Amino acid sequence: MASYLAKRLLLIVPTLLGVASLVFVIMRVIPGDVALLILGGDQGSHIDPQQLAAVRQQLGLDQPLIVQFGVWMWGLLHFDLGTSLWTGRPVVEELLIRLPLSLELAVLATMISVLISIPLGMLAAVRQDTWVDYVVRVVSIGGLAVPSFWVGILVILFLVLFFGWGPPLLFTPPWEDPWANLQQMIWPVVTVGYRYAAVTTRMTRSTLLEVLREDYIRTAWAKGLAQKAIVIRHALKNAMLPVITLIGTEFAFLIGGLVVTETVFTLNGVGRFVVDAVAHRDYPVVQALVFLIAFGFVLVNLLVDLTYAWFDPRIRYQER
Amino acid sequence: MRRPGRPSFAVLTCLLLVAALVPAAGAAPDDKPRAGGELVFIVAAEPPSFDAHREETFAMLHPGAPQYNTLMRVDPFDRTGTKFVGDLAESWTISADRRTYTFKVRQGVKFHDGSLMTSRDVKASYDHIISPPPGVVSSRKATYQSVESLDAPAPDTVVFRLKYPEASFMAALASPWNWIYKADILARDPRWYEKNVMGTGPFKFVEYVRGSHWIAKKNPDYWDKGKPYLDGFRAIFIPSSSAQVAAVRGERAHIQFRGFTPADRDNLVSAVGKKITVQESPWNCSIGATPNEQKKPYDDKRVRRALTLALDRWEGSKALSRIALIKEVAGIQVPGTPWATPPAELEKLAGYGRDITAARAEARRLLKEAGAENLSFTLVNRAVPQPYEPFGIWLIDQWRQIGVTVKHSVLETSSWFQALRNGEFEVAVTAPCNSIVEPDLDIHWFLTTSPVNYGKHKDTVMDDLYARQSRTLDPDERRRLLRQFEKRLYDEEIHFIMGFQWHRIIPHSSKVRGWTIMPSHFLNQQLDTVWLAE
Repeated sequence: MASYLAKRLLLIVPTLLGVASLVFVIMRVIPGDVALLILGGDQGSHIDPQQLAAVRQQLGLDQPLIVQFGVWMWGLLHFDLGTSLWTGRPVVEELLIRLPLSLELAVLATMISVLISIPLGMLAAVRQDTWVDYVVRVVSIGGLAVPSFWVGILVILFLVLFFGWGPPLLFTPPWEDPWANLQQMIWPVVTVGYRYAAVTTRMTRSTLLEVLREDYIRTAWAKGLAQKAIVIRHALKNAMLPVITLIGTEFAFLIGGLVVTETVFTLNGVGRFVVDAVAHRDYPVVQALVFLIAFGFVLVNLLVDLTYAWFDPRIRYQER
Repeated sequence: MRRPGRPSFAVLTCLLLVAALVPAAGAAPDDKPRAGGELVFIVAAEPPSFDAHREETFAMLHPGAPQYNTLMRVDPFDRTGTKFVGDLAESWTISADRRTYTFKVRQGVKFHDGSLMTSRDVKASYDHIISPPPGVVSSRKATYQSVESLDAPAPDTVVFRLKYPEASFMAALASPWNWIYKADILARDPRWYEKNVMGTGPFKFVEYVRGSHWIAKKNPDYWDKGKPYLDGFRAIFIPSSSAQVAAVRGERAHIQFRGFTPADRDNLVSAVGKKITVQESPWNCSIGATPNEQKKPYDDKRVRRALTLALDRWEGSKALSRIALIKEVAGIQVPGTPWATPPAELEKLAGYGRDITAARAEARRLLKEAGAENLSFTLVNRAVPQPYEPFGIWLIDQWRQIGVTVKHSVLETSSWFQALRNGEFEVAVTAPCNSIVEPDLDIHWFLTTSPVNYGKHKDTVMDDLYARQSRTLDPDERRRLLRQFEKRLYDEEIHFIMGFQWHRIIPHSSKVRGWTIMPSHFLNQQLDTVWLAE
């Protein structure tokens, strides 16, 4: 187990180096100029070439690409994610403003999703082809088919049209004012959680159905074990491996991938931060965020793989 | 077993939960300025820095301006945005030759750090704009080329001496971007204001969280006693237009100062009725098409004239103003402002007449004469929905009616700029945009030497007319020169195929009082006169 873990941790290094290099190259290849944007060149106004050169120099963009890449990598080695070209503030500082919101959204949406999807998926599998199964399938397919941002727009429209009320526009951390936090977060959490729950319900149902057809389950039935024991103790645990993978991947995605939902609900989260940075060609921010999101994915995947051993004792991660 | 009535209970529970999360709201209208309250307004983009001398975007000006004063300002109640009043200037005199402007600066004005503002700060600020130190970016440096010297002979006196008289100089001094900074800070670090906010304005900066908000509170020591009326303001950064509309509709925000579309206005008005007040104004931005005169057949003015004759501007205005931020049929100045073209004269310009059939027949004849009967080209447009895309579609339809085939190439902003700058287009949609309505500041776009002369025309006659109108002291003579300039630009040489004036629509909470719309979203953002009727 220890050597497996060491190997997986070591593999993270080339993966992240690859991501760092790739995002650096991509950001330099896409058209657009942060200096021009800073000077308002996108507004159609005239930009003095000397001013443009001065801004580029201030931002360090007059340096050869290889030097810029070296500075970026050297910073990474020293846990320095750089400074935003747009605000001049350290990327970490900017990120810390948004991370609590994104984490809260991801955690709450995951909780709601898990609390709903696993019982529903189990119910649908155990009551296969009954009305219960049909209802669960319709609801979950609905969640898959309808984009969450669209559900978000409907939720806001519903609130505004019928109650003349919209969610608060500014994020209040739950430890400052739980009520204000709830008023703002409940809607995106429900919106995102619904889609997330739909995916997980479908996965739980199908994997559980597969496991319920295994020989050892038939044996359990033959031995006269209670349904509850068979489903929960024997079947569910084995059916959980792909569900856990899915939950882990979705969780990592939720932290940085909810751009449209964040935009719809005016949440100042990490997803919007990434897109905003791309639009502003804020290279250090995009590089740092993509790097961190990639790191998050790698880490979550590792944790998911490690939990496999708990769910399935046959998996030991031992070297042959 | 399912208990009867449970679904109804669940629905009721949901509705109660929603109802519990919806606080009650109400407004008490009032006619007199009322002190107190926090104005919440929406800003659709993020400020790149806090330095107005450097920036050109409303995203910085809207949240930043209330923390500063300028030497002169546009009268906050003048809808044309062309009357100037003193801000930090208490009074002023202009010499007979109109080359020396002497300003008496208000005394007792304090910066937010408690220090006194004097003429030295005004001079330092203008030096920062006109002659920025190395490494400092000043976006409007070129506007002050006429300034020969700037002195602060006494703590309450500032003197500008010009190389030549300039009709637009007072307008240039009322620029909303020319915030007065503290001289000591600029001396210590000329770039300090890029990342810090500290002025003499009606509001004091509290905090800015990128992507979220900007908060400021009332300046209790403000020199204009009794103002500001508000306790503070909160600018919320919301890029999505649908979220902006929802925020105003849900009464989470009072106003968005840049502008909404006609559809958004109609939705808001029909949904909340009297709770919404709508202010509209022609916008000092125009939209049109620039032919690339370096390419054939656009070097032939008959072709350019045919393209402008094909446009039915009067009908187009009616149709487009229902869906886009454009409306007024205009000349080189915003309609309703002092230098605007009188309607009778406007209709004499090519493509501005009421008889579109005759105009299009003439357009076809000109194309035939120029050997461009089957003209086809690609119209380069900017991938910005308002108002570029609907306007581009309208143009294509208009030109189709004189037998011209046009392909629409919609480019992302940076690619669109690249195409314009590199001359990689035949005809492109362009949209010159300005702040204070003043000919000097508005029509410089069309000069031969202008860096935004994307069509690469060479017209020394027009350049000469511009210089003459700028330096003349006689308003009638200036008007005459401007009409000549306009005729050459839109009728004779057609370097720019003018479409429409933009139209600014601000539907806002009826609680917001004391704010007057102007022809530019850069103007009247100090918020000292704004109050909330509640």
